[in-house]
Amino acid sequence: MPDQTANVARGGGKRWSPILLRGLLFLILGLFVLYYTLPLFVMVVTSLKSLPEIRQGALLGLPKEIVLDAWKNAWSEACAGVTCVGLKPYFWNSVVLVVPAVIISTAIGAINGYILSMWQFKGSNIIFGLMLFGCFIPFQAVLLPMAITLGKIGIAGNVAGLVLVHVVYGIGFTTLFFRNYYVSVPVELVKAAKIDGAGFWTIFGPILLPMSAPVIVVTVIWQFTSIWNDFLFGVSFSQGDNQPITVALNNIVNSTTGVKEYNVDMASAMIAAIPTLLVYIVAGKYFIRGLAAGSVKG
Amino acid sequence: MEKLIARYLPKIVVAPSFAAVLFFVYGFIGWTIWVSMTKSRILPKYDLVGLIQYDKLWATPRWLVAIENLGIFIFLFVAIALVVGLFLAILLDQKVRAEGFIRTTYLYPMALSFIVTGTAWKWILNPGLGIQKVVRDLGFPDFEFGWLVDPEMALYTIVIAGVWQSSGFVMALFLAGLRSVNQEIIKAAMVDGIGPFRIYTGIIIPSLRPVFISAIIVLVHLAIKSFDLVIALTSGGPGYSTDMPATYMYAMAFSRGQLGQASASATIMLMTVCIFIIPYLYSELRQKNA
Repeated sequence: MPDQTANVARGGGKRWSPILLRGLLFLILGLFVLYYTLPLFVMVVTSLKSLPEIRQGALLGLPKEIVLDAWKNAWSEACAGVTCVGLKPYFWNSVVLVVPAVIISTAIGAINGYILSMWQFKGSNIIFGLMLFGCFIPFQAVLLPMAITLGKIGIAGNVAGLVLVHVVYGIGFTTLFFRNYYVSVPVELVKAAKIDGAGFWTIFGPILLPMSAPVIVVTVIWQFTSIWNDFLFGVSFSQGDNQPITVALNNIVNSTTGVKEYNVDMASAMIAAIPTLLVYIVAGKYFIRGLAAGSVKG
Repeated sequence: MEKLIARYLPKIVVAPSFAAVLFFVYGFIGWTIWVSMTKSRILPKYDLVGLIQYDKLWATPRWLVAIENLGIFIFLFVAIALVVGLFLAILLDQKVRAEGFIRTTYLYPMALSFIVTGTAWKWILNPGLGIQKVVRDLGFPDFEFGWLVDPEMALYTIVIAGVWQSSGFVMALFLAGLRSVNQEIIKAAMVDGIGPFRIYTGIIIPSLRPVFISAIIVLVHLAIKSFDLVIALTSGGPGYSTDMPATYMYAMAFSRGQLGQASASATIMLMTVCIFIIPYLYSELRQKNA
């Protein structure tokens, strides 16, 4: 490690050799790498084993023979109670739910963020504060009236109802992301555009939107992961065939009928996890930025 | 006329969102608080009867267990996630090779659904074929690790899974904070001969106060809302030993037909979150305006 001696002053005491200290550092970091990856490793290997092999133990062992039956089973045959259709239909429910919910909530957030940063008026900060507070409430406080309202509008139990719920309770975060991003855009730019006679929509469309790519990516990723991973709204507001994948996964895993098929459980969990994991691997940088923006001021 | 519209356009455009938030957030909260003061059971009733639902709630052993569980869970979950997150951030800040790779592996659990996390840990922690069996096969036949099915210990399995999922995120927050510490002060301290340990405890960690606050807010908020993880990992069991306010509320609302109890418990959850969130939001917004 020739290029790392520069930091000895910060990490090393007098009696400890720098190399030893460096080794210890990597040992600890490595152990934590194991801690974080082991559950994923266990899931993958379990999903590739046959049931008899799983029953022999060896939780951490590689499969003696790779069997893909559990994945096939999880996708199209696994039972939740008496329905045995696998995760496939629920996976598509989640896709049909996530796509419009993400697009609508991101678009609304962009416009709100634009207004609450570039067109501030008396009380606009209060509006922003009230919207922001909505991000933090425990959703249990709105669950019952929402169930009643969805029933009254006639979209209870179906995907349209869930889209509405996710859009409404996503507005706070999407507005926050866009507002914090637009606040950092130089005011002169907008002022100059206004002097040139550009109106409300001209400043937003041709001027601001083209430079909004980073915040759009952050918002879309944030909304995608939180809606895909949602369980509370899904389990409260959807029934039967309309359930999203997290609810179906939980039903399959906690199904008490028949033999417990751990490999199918793990394959199901992997199927539910793959879309968000892919997003994280492809766009992890933006994912982290979103997490940070959601908690620390922008 | 056109000028008038142009003048009010921003307000007109933001109005529907604001109206939606007023209705779906504040109106609904109002409804819940109102119904928590009625005798509602399977169907909502709207005649106010005072605080009898709250009296009943605080006389229900299952609710008291849920509150105690939440207290223990918040404390352990927040404390351990903070310690692990800060520790890892400090280690990763030592100009480590492959930092990007290590950071990615620490943080990916945050991308998973709590249902996935719960399912994975339920399998790992199951006494029959999980860790207990692994350690026994290593030559320790008397090793016992049955927390998942032990009413006294099951709560701690939720802490284990929760920390696993969230500590990487705390690490990322602290790492960003460490990277923005003023390097001049540290250099000056080093010139003065102050040791690395004192520099961390005396200068760097105190300067991370805002990060601590943000992290605590996020973690407490996650903990109070913890519903998915409990459902996936223990379903509140064995018995109701790992029940939380969130699962209690859900049971009252959707399986027991006790809307009054559900609303009262939801109101208490909301109040608890407000104690943490309102001062935070207030100071954040004030800082921004200043």
